[in-house]
Amino acid sequence: MASDAAGAAKTTYREAMREALREALRADDRVFLMGEDVGRYGGCFGVSLGLLEEFGPERILDTPLSESAFVGAGIGAALNGMRPIVEIMTVNFSLLALDQILNNAATLLHMSGGQLPVPLVIRMTTGAGRQLAAQHSHSLEGWYAHIPGIRVLAPATIEDARHMLAPALADPDPVLIFEHGSLYNASGELGPPAGPVDLDHAAVRRPGTDVSLITYGGSLPKALTAADELAADGIDAEVVDLRTLRPLDGRAVAASVARTHRAVVIDEAWRSGSLAAEVSARIAEDSFYELDAPVERVCSAEVPIPYARLLEQAALPQTADIIAAAHRAVD
Amino acid sequence: MTSVRGTHRRKATMGADVATRAERRGELLHAMLRIRRFEERCVELYSAAKIRGFVHLYIGEEAVAVGVNEALTAEDAVVSTYREHGHALARGLPAEAIMAEMYGRATGCSGGRGGSMHLFDAGRHFYGGNAIVAGGLPLAAGLALADRMCGRSRVTCCFFGDGAFAEGEFHETANLAALWGLPLLFVCENNLYAMGTALQRHEAQTDLALRAASYGMAAWAVDGMDVEAVERAARRAAEGIRGGGGPYFLEMRTYRFRAHSMYDPDRYRDKAEVERWKARDPVTRLADRMREDAEPVEDLLGETERQVTEEIDAAVDGAERAPEEPVESLLQHVTSLRTEAT
Repeated sequence: MASDAAGAAKTTYREAMREALREALRADDRVFLMGEDVGRYGGCFGVSLGLLEEFGPERILDTPLSESAFVGAGIGAALNGMRPIVEIMTVNFSLLALDQILNNAATLLHMSGGQLPVPLVIRMTTGAGRQLAAQHSHSLEGWYAHIPGIRVLAPATIEDARHMLAPALADPDPVLIFEHGSLYNASGELGPPAGPVDLDHAAVRRPGTDVSLITYGGSLPKALTAADELAADGIDAEVVDLRTLRPLDGRAVAASVARTHRAVVIDEAWRSGSLAAEVSARIAEDSFYELDAPVERVCSAEVPIPYARLLEQAALPQTADIIAAAHRAVD
Repeated sequence: MTSVRGTHRRKATMGADVATRAERRGELLHAMLRIRRFEERCVELYSAAKIRGFVHLYIGEEAVAVGVNEALTAEDAVVSTYREHGHALARGLPAEAIMAEMYGRATGCSGGRGGSMHLFDAGRHFYGGNAIVAGGLPLAAGLALADRMCGRSRVTCCFFGDGAFAEGEFHETANLAALWGLPLLFVCENNLYAMGTALQRHEAQTDLALRAASYGMAAWAVDGMDVEAVERAARRAAEGIRGGGGPYFLEMRTYRFRAHSMYDPDRYRDKAEVERWKARDPVTRLADRMREDAEPVEDLLGETERQVTEEIDAAVDGAERAPEEPVESLLQHVTSLRTEAT
C-alpha cells in the first residue's frame, strides 16, 4: 500500500479514517459521531481520538451501552435532517441493533412508499486475528450484504479508509462500513486525493492473467502477499478488491474471470451461506463458459473463532491456503 | 391538525380559549367517532376480503389518540405502532389515503407497500406504524435528538403498548432520553394485554408509570378512557417538554374492545371483563358528560354520524377506484438512487 508519490504523507489506516471523520465534521454541520466510547476514550480502537476536543460533546456523543437505542437514534436523527455517523464497537455487538438496522434503516424507505430515506452511516470493526475469541472475532458483513436497502462497504486500503466516508455520507440511504481490526495499524503513504471514491465499483489491486483472487477487507493484504509468492512460482495472479459488498460489482468479477479463466474467492466469514458463496454463484451464472477450472473458495473454518493463537490461525484463511487454492485452479 | 371537512375543527384558526366547552367536546366526540366508524368499516371490508394482512383495531382506545393529539401542533412528530389507524386519523392523514393503503393501492399513504401496520406521512411528520414491538422507540429518540441539536422546540410523541415494557428497546430508549434530556413524549397505551398475555403475566411490576419514573423522568398514569383527562395530561406533559423539561411518560390505562387482530379468537379474556370496560366507552362517556352538563348532544351526534359516514363512504369509494401499483414498480423505493438489482 506504500506509495512512492512525491509529497505523499506517511499515515495509518486508523489515522486515515480519523482524518475522514474530521473532514466530514468540518464540511457539514449536520454530521455528528455517536457511539460507545467515541468521545473521552477516543474510540475503542482509537479512531476518534481527539475529535471530542476538536468538535465538542454536541457532535461527538458518548452513548450508553445500548446498541439498539443509539443505532435507532441515528436512524431517527437521519430522518430528521441530520447526517449521523454511528460507531458500533464491533460487528458482534451490532447484532444487538440488528432490529433497527434491518427492520427500520433498511426498510423505512420502501415501507413508506419512498417518503423516508435514511441517510445514516454506521461504522464497525469486523474480523479476527487478534486472539479476542468468538464474541469479538466474527465476520458478519456478508449477512448485512444480504439485505436490500443498505450499502455495505469494506475499505481495505488506506486510500479507501480516507476517501470512502464522504461518498458514504452523500448517499441518501443507509451505508454500513466494515473496518477489519487487523487493518488499523496498516501504514503507508497516502497520496493526494484523486477525487471521491466510486462506491459502485470493485478495484483491481494487482493485474494478472492466470487466476483471479477475489476478496475484500482484511483478506486483501493476504491475497496480495499470495499473489507475490505465486509470481515466484510463475503464476500471474490478478487481485480483485470487491470494496462494496452490496451492491456487488458482478461485472468487475466477470471481467476478471474473462481475463484469467480461474477464480479463487477469499472471505474471512464462514463458507456456508457466505459472501464467497454469492460471488461463486455469480461466477457460475455469468462466467460459466469462461472457466477453465472449478471455482475455489478460501474461507474460515466452520467454528466459532477460538482464542488460542494456533487454533485461531488455523481457523482463518491464510496466505498459504490462498496459494494452494490458486495452484489447484491453475495446475 | 386540520379538518377533513373543514367545518368541525377550528383549532387552527381559533384559540382553544375562544371555543366554548361544548364546541370543544363536540370536536373530541367527532374525532373519536370518526376513528370508531372508520375501523368498523375496516371490519366489514376485511370480511369482504377487500383488506388483507394483519389489521389491529383501536376500538375502545380512541380517547388516547384524540386526547394526546390535542396537545400536539402540526409541527410535532408522531411515531406509532401497528395499532395505528387512530393515531393516523387523529394526526390528519386523509381517511382515503389510509383506506387506499389498506386496499394496497397506489394512492395509499405508503404507496401500497405498508398496509394497515405501516402508515406513513412524511409531510405530517407521521413516522409510521412500526410492527416490531418497541421498535419505534429508538427512532423516536433520534427524531427528538435532531430537534434538540437544531434548537427546534418540537415534541416527538411515541406511542407504544404495555408489551413494549418487556422489550429491551423501551428501557434503552427511556434511559437514553432521560440521560440526554430529549424532547420526547412517551405514551404507553396500557390495554392490559400484550397480544394474548395479560399484564400481570408478562410484567413483574405492573405499575408502569412507577418503572418509567425510575429512569428519572416525570411519569404518571392517566384514565385513558376519558378523553378530557388524556388531553389535560398530554398538555401538561407537552408543555413540560417544550419548556426544556426533558422526556415525559404517560401511562394511558385503556382497553381494546375487539380482539388483538382479525385472526384472534380472543380466548384469553373474560367476557365479563370486556363488558366492564365497554361500560367505560370513551365515546358514550363524553356524550353522557355533555348531557349531564346540559350541553346539546343529540343533534350533534346525529350530525357527526352523518359527516363521518359521508367521509368514510368517500374514502372507500376512492380506494375502490384507485389504481393498483404496477408490477413494474416492484423494485422502487428500495434505494433512493439506484434500482436495486443486487
